[in-house]
This record gives sequence, C-alpha cells and structure tokens, in this order.
Amino acid sequence: MASSQIIILAIIATSVATFISRFMGAITSEKVSVNSKIFQWFNCVAYSTLAALLGRMIIFPAGVLADSELIIRLIVLITCVALFIITKKNLVIPTIISAALLGVLTNI
Amino acid sequence: MINLKIFLTGLKSLKGSRSPAIPLAACFIALGALLKDAGFNIQQSAASSLFTYALPGQLVMAESLLVGASIINIFIAVWLVNFRLYPMTVSLFPLLDHKSQPKWKYYLSCHFLAVTSWLIAKDGYKKIDKKNRIDFWIGIGIGTWSTAILMTVIGYLSADYLNKDMLIGLAIVNPVYFFCMMIGAMKNLGISIAVIGGTILGPVIYVISTEWALLFAGLIAGTIAFLFGGDNGK
Repeated sequence: MASSQIIILAIIATSVATFISRFMGAITSEKVSVNSKIFQWFNCVAYSTLAALLGRMIIFPAGVLADSELIIRLIVLITCVALFIITKKNLVIPTIISAALLGVLTNI
Repeated sequence: MINLKIFLTGLKSLKGSRSPAIPLAACFIALGALLKDAGFNIQQSAASSLFTYALPGQLVMAESLLVGASIINIFIAVWLVNFRLYPMTVSLFPLLDHKSQPKWKYYLSCHFLAVTSWLIAKDGYKKIDKKNRIDFWIGIGIGTWSTAILMTVIGYLSADYLNKDMLIGLAIVNPVYFFCMMIGAMKNLGISIAVIGGTILGPVIYVISTEWALLFAGLIAGTIAFLFGGDNGK
C-alpha cells in the first residue's frame, strides 16, 4: 500500500503528464488551419490512435475486464454495435445492454 | 464573456438518447472503487479525476502504485498513454477557433479534452455558429468533467458493495460506447480507414511493445488513412 505522500505525488505527476499533451495541442492548434493538409493528417491520426486504444481495451484489457473471456467480449461488442445501428444511433440502449449481457454470458 | 445559451446547449449533450452519462458513470464508478483498493482516500480520489480527468492515465497510475513503480516511471507511462490527447486537441481546437474569442478560454478548456467530450464535440460542432463554438465546447467539458468527478466519489463510497462481476460489467460499458461513437463517425473513407486500421494495429503492435503500441498504431494507421483516404472530412 502506497503512503499518502506518494499518492499525492502520483496524482500530481499523472495530472502534469496529461495536461502537457492537452496544452501543447492547444498551442499547436493556433497555427493549424482547418483547411490545411496537416489538419487532415492530425484528424486521421487522432481517430487511429483512439481506435488503437479501443482495440487494445477489447483484445488486451487492463484491470478486471481481463478476467472475462475474449470471445464473450467480442460477442457483447458486436451485439451492442448492431443494436446501436438498429436503434438509429441510440447510445443509452447499447451501453446498458452491454453490462447486462456481459454479466449473463460470463455466468452461463 | 460566455454565451450562456450556447454553453447550455453543450451542457445538455448529457441528456437524451445519445447521452454519455451512463458510460461515464460506469467507468468512473469502477475507477473510484479501484482507487480505494490502491489506498487512496476520498479526497485524493476526487482530486485525481478533477486534475487528471483521463481514464486510461488514471488506470495506469493506480496500477503502477499497486506494483510499487517510481513517480518517474508513472509520469512516463501516463505521458505515453495520454499522448493521444495531443493529436485529439489539434484535430478539434482549430474547428472551435474564432478571432473574437479570448485565448484563455482555449488554454483552460483544453483540460476538458478526453475521449468522451472529444467524440461529442466532433459529432455536434457543425450545428453551432463558428463564433460560439468554444462556449459549446466548454459546456460539453463542464458537463462530462463534473459527471466524472461525481461518479469517482460515488464509486469510492460504493466500493464495498460492488462485487467482481459488477465491476467487470461496468468495465465493458465504456469501450462499447466509444466503439459505437467511432462507428457513427465513419462518414467518409479517410476516417473509416483510420478507425479500422487503428483497431487492428493497436492490439497487433501491443504484442511487440506495450508502451509504444498506441503511438505507433496511431501514426501508421493515421498516415495510411491520410494518404489513401481522399477527402478526409473534418
């Protein structure tokens, strides 16, 4: 168990490490025009990085999710994405169903 | 100073059939419970979401503390996992830019940049007049940020009542929400290549390098999408 002092230092380190990327982004944005090629490139890289994070979260999850079966996670994901499309992009239904479905499938 | 009507339009993105409130609640409740496990007190847990507000980084922090990593190691690991916020900011803020708006709004509100708020802003900015878009963004930001902090506290308080099955259930909600939002954003070839390429390359490169996987997968798939995607949209 970490001491209180270490925890506070960790919160500061995490917050600074995170804010650096956001603030650098805000500064860079001042020089980037919406119609430029570089903006389009950043846009593609942002979507790809996010997709990479999501792919990793499903295939190699961190934390408790790692205790569920990969095949069950994939079934839940595909079912919920299908629900999202069928319900004309409702997000509340698929997100509620995802937790319930994972629970049911894990305990079968 | 801030256009209240537009600000409220942003804040109201928390409501309705496309609300991010449930996924935000699910993942930050789970985080609150994890932070309690890692030895945080309630103020420290709330402070973590208040000052960091980026879930993958906070998970890395909690897990690193549990295995006794040094502060420097935590800093580097968090920086690597949250570096995605840099291209995300650069692909959003130029859309919100307007000469009549003061710079401090941009410098402060960049703190609200996280996956959820970014996806909502990308989805809705076109409906807002260019002059007021930053106020729309601040509305989205305040809404998602305060929800995250509140839910971290609730998660901390309810940690003893959450069993493992419930925590696993909570953990799947957020990736499912993000995937749906990403599928919804695939409106042109460029974004579609970027999303599909990133989803595949992320886990593949993760097998080779856990720390650099996100950066490399994002750069490679994003550049391929940029080169072959034609009109990449905005």
